[in-house]
Amino acid sequence: MPVPPEQGMKKELKRQQYLDLYYYMRLNRAVEDMMVKLFRQNKIVGGLYSSLGQEAISVGTAYALEKKDWLAPMIRNIGALLVKGVRPRDIFMQHMAKYDSPTKGKDGTSHFGDLDDLHIVSPISMLGDLIPVMTGVAMAGRYLGQKIVTMTWIGDGGSSTGVFHEGLNFAATQKAPFVLILENNLWAYSTPVRKQVPLENLADRAKAYGIDSYIVDGNDVVAVYSVAKEAVDRARAGEGPILIEAKSFRRMGHAQHDPAEYVPKEMRAYWEARDPIALYERFLSSEKLLDAKSKKEVEEKIDSLLAAEREFAENSPMPPPELAETGVYCTGDDCHKIRAKWERPIAEVTPPRSSVKAVWTVPGFGSGKASDGANAPIHFGDTHASQHRVGNDTKSANGGKPAAKMAAKAAPKKTVKTAGASRKARR
Amino acid sequence: MPKANGAGPNGSASDGTQVTFLEAIKQAMFEEMERDPAVILMGEDVGVYGGAFKTSEGLLERFGWERVIDTPISESAIIGAACGMSYCGLRPICEMQFIDFIVCAFNQITNFVAKGHYLWNAPAPMVIRGPSGGGVHGGPFHSANPEMYFVHTPGVKVIYPSTPYDAKGLLKAAVRDNNPVLFFEHKFLYRRIKGEVPAGDYTVPIGKAVVRREGKHLTIISYAAMMHASLEAAEALAKEGIEAEVIDLRTLLPLDEETILNSVKKTNKCLVVHEDTRTGGIAGEIAAILFEKAFHDLDGPLVRVTSLDTPVPYAPTLEEHFLPNAKKVFSAAKELARY
Repeated sequence: MPVPPEQGMKKELKRQQYLDLYYYMRLNRAVEDMMVKLFRQNKIVGGLYSSLGQEAISVGTAYALEKKDWLAPMIRNIGALLVKGVRPRDIFMQHMAKYDSPTKGKDGTSHFGDLDDLHIVSPISMLGDLIPVMTGVAMAGRYLGQKIVTMTWIGDGGSSTGVFHEGLNFAATQKAPFVLILENNLWAYSTPVRKQVPLENLADRAKAYGIDSYIVDGNDVVAVYSVAKEAVDRARAGEGPILIEAKSFRRMGHAQHDPAEYVPKEMRAYWEARDPIALYERFLSSEKLLDAKSKKEVEEKIDSLLAAEREFAENSPMPPPELAETGVYCTGDDCHKIRAKWERPIAEVTPPRSSVKAVWTVPGFGSGKASDGANAPIHFGDTHASQHRVGNDTKSANGGKPAAKMAAKAAPKKTVKTAGASRKARR
Repeated sequence: MPKANGAGPNGSASDGTQVTFLEAIKQAMFEEMERDPAVILMGEDVGVYGGAFKTSEGLLERFGWERVIDTPISESAIIGAACGMSYCGLRPICEMQFIDFIVCAFNQITNFVAKGHYLWNAPAPMVIRGPSGGGVHGGPFHSANPEMYFVHTPGVKVIYPSTPYDAKGLLKAAVRDNNPVLFFEHKFLYRRIKGEVPAGDYTVPIGKAVVRREGKHLTIISYAAMMHASLEAAEALAKEGIEAEVIDLRTLLPLDEETILNSVKKTNKCLVVHEDTRTGGIAGEIAAILFEKAFHDLDGPLVRVTSLDTPVPYAPTLEEHFLPNAKKVFSAAKELARY
């Protein structure tokens, strides 16, 4: 069986970026390996979910974000948390339900966040709910003038939820600076993707929202990073939400308890042969970016870090029982001082400057030229057929008001087939 | 027709003006958006159209497209996005066009919004408001009183006012609260009652009930539109020599146990009136509180006057039968007073 990568990794990053990606992928895997050990020692209270084989997605996408940007992980995105600056001890303690964990033992897994420093929103177990939430963060960031981008992840199975649709549709109507990573790992618990979604490419879902999408080999960290960086840059520039489908495979079961015997052997073998870290090591060696010595240094650095982090986590106590009664409500300023961080003049959003005429303008009306094609905006208004493409002439005619968005979104979108081709195919 | 009942005992100042319930809500949003640029309004048809009931009329003109946002018909997206905004220090107000549709966002509210502060110390200062309640022949999907789904949800606050004064003061308090607040506006009251609201800024504290009418023979506890039915019944009872004390809960979560207990310890009898369906309504919770904390003070059974355990029916004859009213409250109270 031929073993990809089908497209060779492109050498286009800075040396330190290559090494960072390598470090975080190795750290991601080492943290999870250590948690498997902790799980087998019964030190993990609840479930343990693995991202084995999907590390390139978490790491490559999160690495494209800036410090001020916001992300919200799903259960297989520990790599993204590490890139954003979460300490391994916090991940260990979350799983071990320790008092010093970010949620003080009130929740487990990657269900924790940090609003003030790291800009991480905690997920919940219900899939898709983060999509409108991160859309809201993106809208708030824009409103406050912060020029941030928000990112979250969803699985192939999670893309079937109603709130996936509601959230992405709303993000699209708002042109929110939001990037959604759709991790297609082929399995939603025990159900194969074909039974979840009747599409070859889940990126095609983007067409329904009139937004751009990319497809990327999720086991190629350089490709993942490159595509994510481009998407993040475009979202930040105001091009609206972007969907990235990262194709990969879930190597472990849904969680530790699940041996995943329902996965065909040849499928597993195929993907095991294209482990994202092994592929990347081969690439780094061939590019003279990594040798046996530097690889050993990375391993030693991670080993000593995780030994200390694990020790700290194990020494943390369980939360005192009475803690269960606390914290349902914010009690006011003594509990949280809620202040919006304005990075634009407030005068822009307060009267008199905020005041407008409350009428819809429909600038696209009439430029659709009859019903000859799919691109007649706002329903015709003209009886002549025409070759002329709509979209460009109507774009931003009223400064981004809702009607203009409707017209401007009519331009045809391309789904980019590979990371390498993405630049050419853009718009 | 319920009587205008704007100023309660701790009610409005005398320099105010008479406004409708709806106008009071509009004023609250207008003044809060004027006061704080972190306040924005989001919902279906809230902008150009001014809301299905015109509660947000004029807000877009004044505050612009970025602060008054017409959304797709996506309740989960509205609530979810508002939650995300609140994480950034904004204080969004979400309108549910009819409160019946709030259940479309049930998961987003109960699992995401409500649990964040407890689990990961993330406050979500946001208001979810909308027209609720029956009596206007809206049928089974435009008449709901879904408050108890959320009273059973730790992490949110639930407000259901009955007067213009309270509606304005409580909505302002809700906007300034650091927690997610559900604010139910009984649409029967929107244009039917007027009340005095003061000229200046004021808030009404969340979690405090109010005694609307002093009495010694029994306590009637109610809220929202049924508050007015209860007061009407109390007037009729007074003519027969029965002095009912009437309590307006105003906030259902957190519930003001103190005001309830103080009254029942005085009158020794309690009648709870709510437009919500019977099983699982707030009356059951109040009964439990009284049995736990005032058992020896009770001289009679706790009596409930509620709507039926059915969907809200459409035909006026059916809906009138379904709903409680002053006459039903009067009969039940008279019966209770005999103990």
